[in-house]
Order: sequence, then structure tokens, then C-alpha cells
Amino acid sequence: MNTPATHRVSMLEAMLLIRACEEALAARATPTSPGTCTSVGQEASAVGVVRALEPRDRILTNHRSAGHLIARGADTGRLIAEVMGRVDGYCKGRSGTLHISVAELGVILTSTIVGGELSLAPGVALAQKMGQGEPGAITAVFFGDGAACEGIFHEAVNLAVTWQLPLLFVCENNQWQAYVARRETMPADPAATAVLGGGRIAAWAAGHVLPTAVIDGNDVDAVHAAARDAVASIRADGGPRFLELVTYRQRGHFEPDDQAYVDPAELARWKPLDPIARAAQRLLDEKVIGSGELSHLRERARATVAAALKFAENSPWPDASELAHYVYA
Amino acid sequence: MTTPATPVNQMIVQQAIAEAIAEEMRRDPRVVMFGEGVATKRPELVAEFGAARVRNTPLAEAIIAGTAVGAAAMGLRPIVDLLFAPFLTLSMDALVNSAGKLRYLSGGQFSFPLVVLTMTGAGWGVGGQHNHNLEAMFVHAPGLKVVMPSSAADFKGLLKAAIRDDNPILFFMDLALAHTPGDVPAGEHVVPLGRAEVVREGIDLTIVSYAKTVGHCLQAADTLSHHGIEAEVIDLRTLKPLDTATLLRSVRKTGHAIVVHEASGLCGVAAEVAAFLAEHAFEALKTRRRPRAGCSSRPRCRRLRRSRRARCSF
Repeated sequence: MNTPATHRVSMLEAMLLIRACEEALAARATPTSPGTCTSVGQEASAVGVVRALEPRDRILTNHRSAGHLIARGADTGRLIAEVMGRVDGYCKGRSGTLHISVAELGVILTSTIVGGELSLAPGVALAQKMGQGEPGAITAVFFGDGAACEGIFHEAVNLAVTWQLPLLFVCENNQWQAYVARRETMPADPAATAVLGGGRIAAWAAGHVLPTAVIDGNDVDAVHAAARDAVASIRADGGPRFLELVTYRQRGHFEPDDQAYVDPAELARWKPLDPIARAAQRLLDEKVIGSGELSHLRERARATVAAALKFAENSPWPDASELAHYVYA
Repeated sequence: MTTPATPVNQMIVQQAIAEAIAEEMRRDPRVVMFGEGVATKRPELVAEFGAARVRNTPLAEAIIAGTAVGAAAMGLRPIVDLLFAPFLTLSMDALVNSAGKLRYLSGGQFSFPLVVLTMTGAGWGVGGQHNHNLEAMFVHAPGLKVVMPSSAADFKGLLKAAIRDDNPILFFMDLALAHTPGDVPAGEHVVPLGRAEVVREGIDLTIVSYAKTVGHCLQAADTLSHHGIEAEVIDLRTLKPLDTATLLRSVRKTGHAIVVHEASGLCGVAAEVAAFLAEHAFEALKTRRRPRAGCSSRPRCRRLRRSRRARCSF
């Protein structure tokens, strides 16, 4: 089934908004003010999967969560307000950039503990299977190649397969684990996979008898098609699926980060594969949009983020008298 | 004229725990239970509530605890059995970083109603990787509550309260108490969390303890009584939140306090109670006592364990 043109343009728009928002946050980060972990370069993975989900579904994500949140419809003003610790943030300023959850959007967790999202995800899916939430709902959990090296990855996959939980594992293999290149952390990629830089983590998942697919994570159409297939399969038989989305972290681990540890040749190899440039060019080539409309979309994303920054800066700090609120229910 | 006695049933601690779980599962369909051997060891629960609500799990403490946290975020009320307290170290991320912190970090959007059951304490001779009192670690971690009863009645009543509470709760059972019999009030019996109990009244000395060592303290109080000293014995029952009001009331009456537990002394519950009393009841204290606590080593050999009791005071 082809993705309708309006839906593809909407996905491009979401990717542009994610990029504009994260670049604005990165530009503000200094060694003394709150930094952020961006997902620049990974927007297609976030948008392609999140836009394959329905409102009844639930999401758990990781420290590079702005893409998933914005793709899900998060307001950039409230998102940035949370990064700044303001009271209008989604978590009333208690989270900051690293733990943002948004109940009204079904985003249960941003885990800054690498693998923490994998720890909770089977329980969320179990609850859905046992009737909490809407019938037929599923859970999507986003994690990276770093989290796949945690023991909890294997525990979570084994439980999801054994209990047949409605859980979509989405590994955004972005080739970096904080300041360590992925290739230093696991055996060479299986020769069988056609996608450069991928396949090993899918092979691990397949070892747990989990149906897997390895997808070019910088191709939003391919990601979206694979995600729709996986989600449909989960809804059909109730069991889990696994996607390894091969992508690249274009910026550093935590802003500000000069990426002095990254081989310039590697960066140069991945830059032309930028997911937004590819999606935009394809829509231009197919005459779905014209260059004027593309400029308009870019400008609208910039304007939205400018207004969001202003909203966040004007949002008050939480009152000190509420410091200990929300420790206990 | 005497008031009619409340009807009681006599049962051992393990039966009290089983009754609490079954009653709460009957009362609330959101209560589920899983863990290593839960379905195997509790066939009566599987028979009554079905295999979906009573589950065996892989032998993997981290994902057992994590799954409880995720399910709780969605509105289920999981009880998980993590067997022995030292195994909790394998589930620390889910319990400490997720269950304890995520309500706060989410600005109150989510709550995590779950109960972790675990056995603790010396007395079974299985060595330091099965018997190790780690309760103070969880008292230290934010957002968690910690319960450690001493009597069958309290095991039942506090476990029922824990299952109904909207927060993550660590519920420790001292191994040596598992077969201890006691009178449990018949019918609905819920003991509120966060309230200590004065289990023996006295005017000369306050002895503060919890779990297995409450029994030892009551014996000591009887011995003291033969020497003309009337000790008041307080069973904390809940270590967090700590019932500071009961502690203050007693110490302001007696002027002397000893705190006794089996866990290591350094940074333990006794140290905290002593520090609290020094800060808030200093004027009432006529002597200052070191907490009486267990030893950091946990030998398998019974002979060594006996000497350890005799020689380790901190």
C-alpha cells in the first residue's frame, strides 16, 4: 500500500520541525547551561515509525527522544520549556531534557538510563494484553545500538517472545554509543544484510526467535512501510516484531560536543545520506511538492521553533514550595 | 466486664502472606503476580485467578522488576516475587531509577503501584549471597516505601495495605519468621503503612527494632524486667516512611534508647534512628547509645555466626 502524498509531505514537515528544534537547542547549549542529546540525522527513523502508530498505542523511548515526541505531536514550546526546566514543560520542569514523558500523547517514558526503556516496555505491552488501555493497542520501544549491548535487551526480547507481547522493538542503530563507535563493541556485521552498518543487532534478535527486518533508517518511506507492516503483524497475531533501522548520529553525544573523536571521512560518507535531504529530493523529483513549497515548509518549521523558544523563555520557573511534590503518589 | 475478644485465626507468616495476596487479588482485578516460580509455588492462586494473572517468569530479576514497573505505569498493580534480598541488586535499575524516580521526573503524570516481595536475613544457612539485609539501601533511595514486619498479623495487614498503595513498595520477609505462628484478626485486616507499634510498654528504656529482632528485644525486655527495668519495645514495621512521632513520644518518656537490627550498622536504619533522636529529642536523652546492629560479614558456618553475634556490635 502506497503512502498518500499528503502523508509523505506531513512526514517531511515533522522531520524539518525535529531538525529545527534540535539545532536550536544545540545552539543554546553551553558547558554551563543544559545541554541536550540530539537525534540529528535520525529523523526518518522517528517519523517513519511513530507515524505508523495510532493514538491508542504507547511509546517508550530513550535520551534522543525529541524526534519521537515531535513526530507524535508534542508541542515544541512545552518540549523546550521542559528542557529549560520551566513550569509549562510536559513534566512541570522536573525532567529537563533527559526524561520527558507525555501521558496525553501515550509517551510513557524517555529513559536516560540506556536500556531503561527496554526494561519497562514488556510490562506496558503486558498490561495492554491484559486489557489496560484500548483493545488492539501495541507498544513501540525505541532504543539504540548501545542499549542492545545491555543485558536487559536480551531479557526484554526473550520475555516478549515467550509471553507473545504486542511490542515493536525499534533499534535505531546510529553507529555511536556515547563516545564509542559501534564497530568497537560487537562482532562485524553479518555479510547477508544489504544495508551498510547494520544487521548484527537484528541477528541477535533473530536468535531469540523474534521476526526481524533490517531497514535503511535514513529512508523515511522505507522505514514507514516497514513499520506499518510490523505494526499490522503485531495487531494480527499479538506477538512482537523487531526493526533494526540503520542510521547515523550526525551530531555529538551530548551538546555541546565538537565531535573531535569522529573520523571526518566517516561523517563525510554519511552526510549525503541525510534523511531530510533525501526525502525532500524525492518529493521534488516526484513533483509531489515544488521548491517554493519546500522553502515554505522549512520557513514554517523555523518560525514554529522561534515561537516555541519565546514561549519557553517566558514560562515561569516551578515554585520552590513545590520542590517535593510528586515524590509519592 | 470484659469486652468480647476480636475473633482471630492462628496461622504462620507464610499463610498470612498468602491470605493477603489472595484477598487483594479477589478484591481488585488489576492485581497480578509474577516472578520465578510464582505459579509453581502458588497453584491455588493460578486455580482461582488464572494463568494470565499469576505467572512464572524467566530467571531474570532485572526484567521481572522492569516489567512490574511498566505494567504499573499502565494501571496494573503487580506483585513480584524476587526471592532473596541479594537478588534485588540485579533489579536495582528498575526499582531505584524507574519505580522510585519516574513519578517525580514525570511531574506526577504516572504512578507506580507495585509490591516487591523478598526474603531476607540470617537463619537458613545459605550464605551471604542469599542472606543479606539490604533494606537500608532502599530506604535511602527516593520514592520507595520499605516494609519489614515481625508478626503474622502485621504481615497480612501491611501486605494488604502495600498492595492498595499507589507507590512502589519493598516488602521484606525475614526468613526466620516464615513459619512463626501468630493470631491474625479474622475478616478484613489492613494495617496502615508508616505506623510503628509499641509492642511492650515501659518507662525506663526504649528499644527500637523491626522484623526478626523484635522477638529478641521482647526477650531482652523480659530479662530486664527481672532486674527491675521496664523497657518499652517499638516495632517499626515500616522503615519508610518512618513513624517518627511514636519514636519521639517513647523516648521523651523513657529518656533512653537502643536501636537493634540485624543489618550492617554503618549507614543503617539504627544509625538513622539514632541521628533522628539526637536531632529532635536530644534534651530528653539521658544517655547516648550506639546502635546495636549486625556484622558486615555473613558466614555460612554456624559457629562463626554465633561468635559474630557475640563480637560484632557495629
